[in-house]
Amino acid sequence: MTTIEAPRDERDLRVVGRSLPRVEAAAKVTGSIAYADDIVLPGMLFCKLLRSRHPYARVLSIDTSAARAVPGVVAVLTGHDLPVNYGIMPTCEDEHALEHEKVRFVGDPVAAVAAVDEETAQAACRAINVEYEPLEAVESIEQALIPPDDEPLHDYAGPANVHRLAALEFGDVDAGFARAAHVREDIFFFEGNTHLPMEQHSATAQVVADKVTLWSSTQDPHYVHRALAKVLDLPMGKLRVVAAPHGGGFGGKCDPFSHEIVVCKIAMMTGRPVKCTLTREEVFYTHRGRHPVLMWVRTGVDADGRILAMHFRSALDGGAYGSYGPASTLYTGALQTTTYAIPAYRFEGARVFTNKAPCGPKRGHGTPQPRFALEVHLDKLAADVGLDPVELRRRNFVKPFSRTVNWLRITSCGLEEVTNRVLEASGYARRERRRGHGMGFAVSSYMCGAGLPIYWNKMPHSECVVNVGRGGVTLYCGATDIGQGSDSVLATVAAEELGLWPGDIRLVTGDTGLTPVDLGSYSSRVTFMAGNAAREAAAKMRALLVGVVADEEGCAPEEVEVRDGKVGRMTFEEAATLAEERFGVLSAHGTYTPPEGIGGRYKGAGVGPSPAYSYSAAAVDLNVDPGSGEIRVNKVWLAHDIGRSINEMAVRGQVEGGVYMGLGEALMEAQAYRDGLHRQPSMLDYKSLTFLEMPEVETILVETHDPEGPYGAKEVGQGPLLPVIPAVVSAVHDALGVWIDEIPVTPDKIVRALDARAKGKEARYGPKRFPDIPYPDLVKVAPPDAAPAAL
Amino acid sequence: MEVPDGRELLRLSVNREDRLLLVRSHTTLLEVLREDLGLTGTKHGCELGECGACTVLVDGTPQLSCLLLPAQVEGTAVTTIEGLARGSELHPVQQAFVAQGGLQCGYCTPGMVLAAKALLDENPAPSRDEIKEALAGNLCRCTGYASIIEAVEEAGRMLS
Amino acid sequence: MLRLPPFRFLRPGSVDEAADLLAVHGARAMVVAGGTDLVPKMKRGQMEPEVLVGLGHLSELRAVHATEGGGVEIGAGVTLAAASSDRRVGAGHRAYSRAAALVSSPALRNVGTIGGNLCVDTRCNYYDMSVEWREACGFCMKKDGDICRVAPASKHCRAIASSDTAPAAIALGGTVVLVGPGGCRREVSVCDLYQDDGQFYLAKAPDEIVECLRLPPPGAWRSSYVKVRRRGAIDFPLAGAAVALAMAGPVVEGCRIVLTAVGSRPFDVSAAGEALVGRELTGEDGLLADVAAEAAKVAKPLDNADLHYVWRKQMTRRAVVQAILEAAGHSPALAVRA
Repeated sequence: MTTIEAPRDERDLRVVGRSLPRVEAAAKVTGSIAYADDIVLPGMLFCKLLRSRHPYARVLSIDTSAARAVPGVVAVLTGHDLPVNYGIMPTCEDEHALEHEKVRFVGDPVAAVAAVDEETAQAACRAINVEYEPLEAVESIEQALIPPDDEPLHDYAGPANVHRLAALEFGDVDAGFARAAHVREDIFFFEGNTHLPMEQHSATAQVVADKVTLWSSTQDPHYVHRALAKVLDLPMGKLRVVAAPHGGGFGGKCDPFSHEIVVCKIAMMTGRPVKCTLTREEVFYTHRGRHPVLMWVRTGVDADGRILAMHFRSALDGGAYGSYGPASTLYTGALQTTTYAIPAYRFEGARVFTNKAPCGPKRGHGTPQPRFALEVHLDKLAADVGLDPVELRRRNFVKPFSRTVNWLRITSCGLEEVTNRVLEASGYARRERRRGHGMGFAVSSYMCGAGLPIYWNKMPHSECVVNVGRGGVTLYCGATDIGQGSDSVLATVAAEELGLWPGDIRLVTGDTGLTPVDLGSYSSRVTFMAGNAAREAAAKMRALLVGVVADEEGCAPEEVEVRDGKVGRMTFEEAATLAEERFGVLSAHGTYTPPEGIGGRYKGAGVGPSPAYSYSAAAVDLNVDPGSGEIRVNKVWLAHDIGRSINEMAVRGQVEGGVYMGLGEALMEAQAYRDGLHRQPSMLDYKSLTFLEMPEVETILVETHDPEGPYGAKEVGQGPLLPVIPAVVSAVHDALGVWIDEIPVTPDKIVRALDARAKGKEARYGPKRFPDIPYPDLVKVAPPDAAPAAL
Repeated sequence: MEVPDGRELLRLSVNREDRLLLVRSHTTLLEVLREDLGLTGTKHGCELGECGACTVLVDGTPQLSCLLLPAQVEGTAVTTIEGLARGSELHPVQQAFVAQGGLQCGYCTPGMVLAAKALLDENPAPSRDEIKEALAGNLCRCTGYASIIEAVEEAGRMLS
Repeated sequence: MLRLPPFRFLRPGSVDEAADLLAVHGARAMVVAGGTDLVPKMKRGQMEPEVLVGLGHLSELRAVHATEGGGVEIGAGVTLAAASSDRRVGAGHRAYSRAAALVSSPALRNVGTIGGNLCVDTRCNYYDMSVEWREACGFCMKKDGDICRVAPASKHCRAIASSDTAPAAIALGGTVVLVGPGGCRREVSVCDLYQDDGQFYLAKAPDEIVECLRLPPPGAWRSSYVKVRRRGAIDFPLAGAAVALAMAGPVVEGCRIVLTAVGSRPFDVSAAGEALVGRELTGEDGLLADVAAEAAKVAKPLDNADLHYVWRKQMTRRAVVQAILEAAGHSPALAVRA
């Protein structure tokens, strides 16, 4: 057999790094691509869910007899039909597909109907009579900390409605504060917001013989596969989950959902295909979006502005269920250290249950909130000590190839360069000082995939198979293209290795029945992990073809060039034929597992480690009308350390999209509640930027060639959102001298801060106190430099 | 034309093909296209006329199919995303969206492409502000709009 | 997806016949032209007509006529897009064409009609919700309930008048022709089309149909409309001010001010503008601020729309100042300074 070829000189890349249209673009502009709700199967039934009308209530009885009597109704389900609990994280499997004991938010599913059409199913849902006993709803973080009059939302965790607590200390924080020349404290609030994918969730199930297939708009078919096996009590081999072409995820389609489980169950009961497509309002209830987070931060610096110690506290309003909550909680404390060298760091985090739609991961999972707080806090700290805010940051930047106090391994790091490039392009230092005009600057960092899977296992995180045969080249991978362009990344990598073009590669992705595993499109992991797996598989295939051609042509393998559709002097097809003659099936595989030792070994160390970190810097130029508080963003400069672009057009698209979403969150997006009810469950009332609010974005790509990324590539899907939010806040302060310490920065808040200042009060809008939280005793972790042998 | 049992006979042209359909009076054009005609390229994002995903051209002007009753489209010529390409040749607006990266998840794309086509039919060289105004009712959550604007500009150049 | 409930759709041969059909079917019937207001509300169960009387096919409603002296008569079925781009309308009635151009989004304006926008339902974020949401909240008096959710002590519904074009039409002295059963026609001022009750916000009889809007010759009046909202498209007004000014050189001879989205009807607060008569507009003295404060006295925003209600009140004053300056031909920059 052949051996794997040594890595080629990457200066010779022929496809990687170009700007190419995405591989599925033509199917998308012609409307021929079938998203989940476009799937129609013979004899298909339509399913609707009946959802709770109470924020919090005990379910006393469910009478479905009237619904069953509606002509056209084929099946009616309640929680008794699906009694097995589940949840994305093994530590909080607190959900049921249909709740039959307690409902915990307005929108919690309690029953399901399948009928010959959607109208009939909806009408039958309304005929179901549920008797509830209302319980006192928990509506805020403060309220969740108090022992409830009735009972906590869940019978695990606590005290009161606390879901999860964390308390970690790295290094001697008290000593750091004691040595500090200046110490500052601030409190911030980041209101929750949601993903608002253009596509509503949809799932269709079909049973053939004893095998169940589910097509769903999911970001991680593998985790849905696992949840279905558990809840339906079927071996995984009897289940196949296919990620349908995806109309937008942003983290909102990462959990296993009621409607996915219910359609499978009904298909199993009736033998007929079943589809459930959510309405836009139901998407707001399905949520799993950005947690509202209250934050308190205290930092001590020496006389030169170098950070000596930081203490960060967070309180997350988790909504009604666990979802990714334990990870979300730790993420609010994990990545402060990947931009700034903090020698002593204490993090205390808490997540509480409230009677609202459950929160979970949204683009930047758990880190945009603390990033906003941290960056604005540093701006204020810089002003306190009379330093330029950029200079204060620079003095504390982490170094490439270093280890953070919380044991995160930093490899390539373009923080200095992204900072320099943004400052240069934006003219931040020379900005015009004029009332109503301001500029802001901030930096950030994000992971290239989580170092650990969501459930403990030692299997690879990503696997790829490349087959070559008479049908050409086919790449199989569980990775799921959610619009971010992962299919194009995989095709580009395979094409690079095989001397072809991305359009020459046939892709089978996101299908648990046909593809080897990839954990899913979350935590910005796909380019790095699936990209590496694809590269390994394709490189093996290349080596195999090269070996055959070298033998045929009587030369050394090193002399065989693979490019432009040729292997040596043969066409790719001729080489493939020759290889098939010799070996039979031509199949090569690649896998990726993150390396050992990229994180610490303390409890909670599983969140934060990543094989690499991307770095971003943003400058925002805006005008604020001092009379109305209305903001017009003029331009955003965003420099991103991408490691290396696999497809520059796709990378720029992700940067622009990340800036867009960051601006939306900074300026208007909010998932807020009033009396237990969602305030804006529609696309009219939930505000997102239109063309008219979106400014010009200047994207600057910095390539640091990460040693472990595929061709040096790192992530871009989530990082560029992060610095935009604090840069907006900073720019508003620059323009008007008021701090808006609460996201979103809406015009009414700005006017209130201006009014406060006019009355001689603090020129600020934001939270005034941080609640007393029963954090546990600190887990004290020796920092790496104090214990170098520990790794 | 109203017929008994809450139904209507609906005569219209869809993508240059004449259709005579028996539809329920209370279905919107969106449902007629997606469910009666199987033209699923037309998307639904909000169901209430708030997002632009279901935009189709009715006699050449962009309209929201989720709000249109059968009676309102009687006798009209409807163009959906499936009707834009000529055979296998993409319309210049489609080509430009592909070439400029004017789409990511692609779910807003059919409505966006059709709204852009209608704009360019009236004004082949729109300014950036005119593009933004014309497409302001079409929401996109992926692209940040920049590449869409570039695609419309590019399509304008291709068309003129 | 959300779907419509069943209804019967009728196609009258004329407006007169449409009014007769409304009289026959009574409270079970509603008219529909563009449907951009009605269709979403029917999908969410806010309106449940069993019979829809279609107007969209009536070409008699889709005409624009110039009248003597620069006036204009716009058929109720003219789309907002057509009205806003019609030079006969825009020439002398800038506030009106501007307001029509600011309604929602381009695709919606291609279908939504000017008659529909004059009659657009009042809005409230306790009411503009699905039937399931409203059931969870408890229904309100505007639909299916008996109290006002935003102001429980209120005897009447406090939903917000949300037409952009109504204040402009009022400021321009507009009238509408109403057609009732039996071909009965009457002309009323646009101002008299409304009453300050979010539930029964139209002062016309239920079986009367708006046939056309008449905007009189502008004479010396110049006008403007300023809309306050979060985004440059899609959104309804959070506050709005239409202003018409009669100017003799730099001196104000007449001033009409009409507000929208600050109560359950558009408010004609022209009395506040009388302080400007005989004065020059500079934007530099406190006069405009005083006029705006007086004009906005009637504005009583509640927590039933976007953003904080105190801010909406503040923005009402600001919109008045801006609309006055714009009507006078000043640049928006001056408005900011004022």
